[in-house]
Amino acid sequence: MKSGDKSKRLKEFEEKVNLIFRETDCVEVLKKALRGDPRAIIKEIIDSGLRGRGGAGFPTGIKWKGAAEAAGGNKCVICNADEGEPGTFKDRRILDEQPDKVIAGMGICARAIGATEGYIYLRGEYTFLFSKLSAKCEAWNAIFKEKGLNFRTSVRSGSGAYVCGEETALFESMEGNRGEPRNKPPFPVTIGYSNLPTVINNVETLAYTTMIISDGPESFKSIGTKDSMGGKVFSVSGDASVKGVFELPLGMTLQEFVDLFGDSDTKAVQVGGSSGTCVPRKNFADTIIGFEGVPTGGSMMLFNSSRSMYHVLKNYLEFFEEESCGQCTPCRVGCQQLLKGIEAIRSGERPLSYLERLRDLARVMSIASKCGLGQSLANPFNSITQHFREEICY
Amino acid sequence: MMNLDSTVTVAVKKFGAEREQLLPVLQYVVSKEKWLSEDTLAEVARVFDMSAAEVYGVASFYSFLDTEARGEYVIRVCRTISCDMSGKEAIMEALQKTLRISVGETSSDRKFTLLETNCIGWCAEGPAMLVNDEAYTNLTPEKVVEVLQGYMNRT
Ligand SMILES: Cc1cc2nc3c(=O)[nH]c(=O)nc-3n(C[C@H](O)[C@H](O)[C@H](O)COP(=O)(O)O)c2cc1C
Ligand code: SF4
Ligand code: FES
Repeated sequence: MKSGDKSKRLKEFEEKVNLIFRETDCVEVLKKALRGDPRAIIKEIIDSGLRGRGGAGFPTGIKWKGAAEAAGGNKCVICNADEGEPGTFKDRRILDEQPDKVIAGMGICARAIGATEGYIYLRGEYTFLFSKLSAKCEAWNAIFKEKGLNFRTSVRSGSGAYVCGEETALFESMEGNRGEPRNKPPFPVTIGYSNLPTVINNVETLAYTTMIISDGPESFKSIGTKDSMGGKVFSVSGDASVKGVFELPLGMTLQEFVDLFGDSDTKAVQVGGSSGTCVPRKNFADTIIGFEGVPTGGSMMLFNSSRSMYHVLKNYLEFFEEESCGQCTPCRVGCQQLLKGIEAIRSGERPLSYLERLRDLARVMSIASKCGLGQSLANPFNSITQHFREEICY
Repeated sequence: MMNLDSTVTVAVKKFGAEREQLLPVLQYVVSKEKWLSEDTLAEVARVFDMSAAEVYGVASFYSFLDTEARGEYVIRVCRTISCDMSGKEAIMEALQKTLRISVGETSSDRKFTLLETNCIGWCAEGPAMLVNDEAYTNLTPEKVVEVLQGYMNRT
């Protein structure tokens, strides 16, 4: 495609959604939510088909319903702004440009589940946003009070630990502990931060809830596919002809995506960051970006034929080895062994067939690890070593 | 009048000494002093009624809560793949050459510490780095030297 046609096509796709960055009177939306019954809010979110945008894709309305039904007077809403997945930067832009939409979403959730306290857990790398967001929280606290909603929000900071984006590790961190994930169950909706029933949602998820209350569930549902309803905010980086943050419908094929963003030499796309899946060119046409295909928290990293996939995999493994919290053995030892293993194959110390043992190890990690970090490592490891096997040794 | 309160005391006045304020207090101290000395950890432990080992255990978990001496300006260069592909290595070289230190080291005047870090959320505008809380993007070897110059000229 010519670059003029490409940007025209991209604009068309973006205009199909245009929810997150559209100017919206968020106070009006909050007022609308407060007028009705809390159960009506939950019903609208369930009807919209919205699923979590942080990566795991849990249905948001069902999560809210769980917290609403949980026993306990005090409940909590947390906005997960830890955004640590390599290749993801959309939450930064949403928080910078549309903080009202996010905080209004927290207020709507508070009304739906009966929460009194709310927090935005902001990664330490985004400290430059801290004072602006704190001021926004204060302004919204005044609005909540004026509108009769007994709910207060504030911002808490992370300190440079990827695993703290995992919801239970995030609670531990907020409680003043090492950010080590907890066992689940119990799930956050019954026992979350400070043992309170807690809804924790991604920044983008919360912004979408505001738009669903604003425009109604039908309008949201009309975008995307049956299994992946609505829009999604993507972070595009790597060997791309256009990079940055783009809101597009879910359910596109990877081929359509590469036609818009590729540099005409794309050999693979890592969908979902370092814990996501690597899709090679031959599978672009058959791969759907969405929950029925390859899901993503938004990270889309493109690689062209000049790149060594060994180098890419090694970079991811170094990331995991460093960010593993070390709490459970399969992940702590597994991350080290996978990294050492591919280095040994590369140097000729081990034969290429050793890769099979490493792939088994990754599969064991996906079953035996305690949290999503160790569980998801098999996604990049096994997809890259399957599709680019020969690049590991040459 | 001179303010004799320690940074920890100031932080505790601001945040309180309940356990969930431990990170905010440590973060505040790091924002002022760039790292947590043994004395600081001991003082925090006393105020929070915890053992120093436990405070150290928490602090050492977080890469931004440094327990080793750091310079006034802590430089963290992103080493993750998108920045790596857009020329991170040349940035590292320029930094090391200009500062005459390697990764992990602090300049002898205690002004700069050079570190690498994982993705900092500017992947479309790499190579990227943080100097304390400030992000610098679309770096080139020339631009990075200019940025350093700016900090060197600050008093
Ligand atoms: C290692 C790890 C890191 C994570 N990091 C984030 C993150 O930075 N932001 C986020 O929203 N979710 C992150 N998650 C997912 C959260 O645990 C949780 O599922 C999410 O915040 C729920 O919100 P959602 O349903 O709106 O997506 C992470 C999960 C794991 C296992
Ligand atoms: S899987 Fe890894 S990150 Fe998760 S709890 Fe185990 S060691 Fe920690
Ligand atoms: S890869 Fe460097 S900022 Fe994300």
